[in-house]
Amino acid sequence: MNYFDTDLTTLHTKLVNKEITSEQLTKETLATIKADNEKLNAYITIDEDAALATAKAVDEKGINADNLWAGIPIAIKDNIVTKGLKTTAASKMLADFNPIYDATVIEKLRANDVVIIGKTNMDEFAMGGSTETSYFKTTHNPWNLSKVPGGSSGGSATTVSAGGVLAALGTDTGGSIRQPASFTGVVGVKPTYGRVSRWGIIAFGSSLDQVGPFTRTVKDNAALLNIIAGHDDHDMTSSDKAVPDFTAGLDGSVKGMRVALPKEYLGEGVDENVKKAVLDAASTFKSLGATVDEVSLPHSKYGIAAYYIISSSEASSNLQRFDGIRYGYRAKDVKNLEDVYVRSRSEGFGNEVKRRIMLGTYSLSAGFYDAYFRKAAEVRTLMINDFKKVFEDHDFIIGPTAPTPAFGIGEDSNDPKKMYMNDVLTVPVNMAGLPGMSLPAGFSNDLPVGLQIIAKPFDEQTLYRAGYAFEQATDFHKATPEIGGDK
Amino acid sequence: MANENKIDKSQVKHVASLAKLEFDDADLGKFTTQLGEIMDLFNTLSEVDTDGVEPTFSVTDQFNTMREDVAVNSHQKDALLKNAPDTQDGYIRVPAIIDESEGAN
Repeated sequence: MNYFDTDLTTLHTKLVNKEITSEQLTKETLATIKADNEKLNAYITIDEDAALATAKAVDEKGINADNLWAGIPIAIKDNIVTKGLKTTAASKMLADFNPIYDATVIEKLRANDVVIIGKTNMDEFAMGGSTETSYFKTTHNPWNLSKVPGGSSGGSATTVSAGGVLAALGTDTGGSIRQPASFTGVVGVKPTYGRVSRWGIIAFGSSLDQVGPFTRTVKDNAALLNIIAGHDDHDMTSSDKAVPDFTAGLDGSVKGMRVALPKEYLGEGVDENVKKAVLDAASTFKSLGATVDEVSLPHSKYGIAAYYIISSSEASSNLQRFDGIRYGYRAKDVKNLEDVYVRSRSEGFGNEVKRRIMLGTYSLSAGFYDAYFRKAAEVRTLMINDFKKVFEDHDFIIGPTAPTPAFGIGEDSNDPKKMYMNDVLTVPVNMAGLPGMSLPAGFSNDLPVGLQIIAKPFDEQTLYRAGYAFEQATDFHKATPEIGGDK
Repeated sequence: MANENKIDKSQVKHVASLAKLEFDDADLGKFTTQLGEIMDLFNTLSEVDTDGVEPTFSVTDQFNTMREDVAVNSHQKDALLKNAPDTQDGYIRVPAIIDESEGAN
């Protein structure tokens, strides 16, 4: 089976009416993702036994007609800790790590009787934009197996794109949900910073990280954010703002809304077909009764530099905990404690992670802090002010998610600077803590192209309203890759 | 001008020691080149006038959230120790701080 021709409401109705049980659904899902995994490498761990046990228990308890997610299998990025289920962050450092607690988002999924089906591949410690820096495997794009699925949440995007699951969770520090969603033709949302608890997320850039959903449709995405959002005592940066029903107000209308199109987002380096998809999207919004204005986000071009300084600095601090002592990899034949630290870290981390740690350590070191870390934090303020100005008289911003469609496996992996530049259109959203969505908006040489929508802080409702209206007015989300389970 | 801030091998080695990492000669050369290119990108920030601009270190709207100081999830020592690379008698075992070959044994 696959999830191409269904959605959450349809499946939920079938489960409630006992046309299918969660156990049957889980069994079929497992069969599909296990078969697909041979070609796609979307999963690091498929948790067959526990998934079937959960599904059985949910069936026995009975599907709650008011709980849309009861009995539905979901995939989880492998940097979100799951009690008793190996969580590796795709690193040799955590190759055998078994968390003793659930992340808050996992607790919430379990409380909603969701079936956790497995842990998806990713760039090591979420550092990368192609899922090629994983210690374990390279994930393949379902639309073209020689292409990357994007990253860092490449496995989660891939399994949703291939119809393996209805939904998956990812994390997004600089585009790690939106860019793979764009590359694989699915809907990916990075919520506002503080909307979703980060407790139990293996930390990368703590002022930037957010958890968010991957789905095939905008409505299913909103339904998943509904159950993972909200304040958490364990994460003091999680907001205590009320969580609205994100599926409310999805009526296809954007009439009278004011859309901003930043000229910097269609500049140098943006693929012609990507530009065309965004301009076509602007026309679609106009035809739906919205107005579209060209605007300017003048500090966009400094976003990559400022982002890589801040995220690497935060990463170098966060990753100090991996010292070979309490958990994780410890080097063999060590002579003294210093050896444990240096050799465990040097052998346990891959090159991209080491590069980020080095960049961060340098940016924070005595004599360079003002020129790099503090300067980047000041530029961050200017980037936030750019957005504030645009949002004074606009409801949401549109632009490309990524400058190009999916690139080839191995194409950029030896050129870190080039790889970093791919994030130019996604990092500003994290720097400003805004909510952002990528959704299917076209094709370039048979590869999906994503449209990015950006809204004001805590205004995911507008994000979903706009996304839903665009989705209903277009057919891009109906296209599916050839790969995927049999119907 | 372009080479003014260029990072060299000895600096990379110094930063590696701060980060508790080590590189062999080949990797040190490769990292020095790559980090140099990325630092060039970082240095473009000097073009931006940030006089009088306050830095942003976090975008959270929450400040100093307080909660009751009660212990939860206690009695998990055994489960915790299962993830430790080396244990003995309920403790995490580590090598001596000083090189054992230099010790008095």
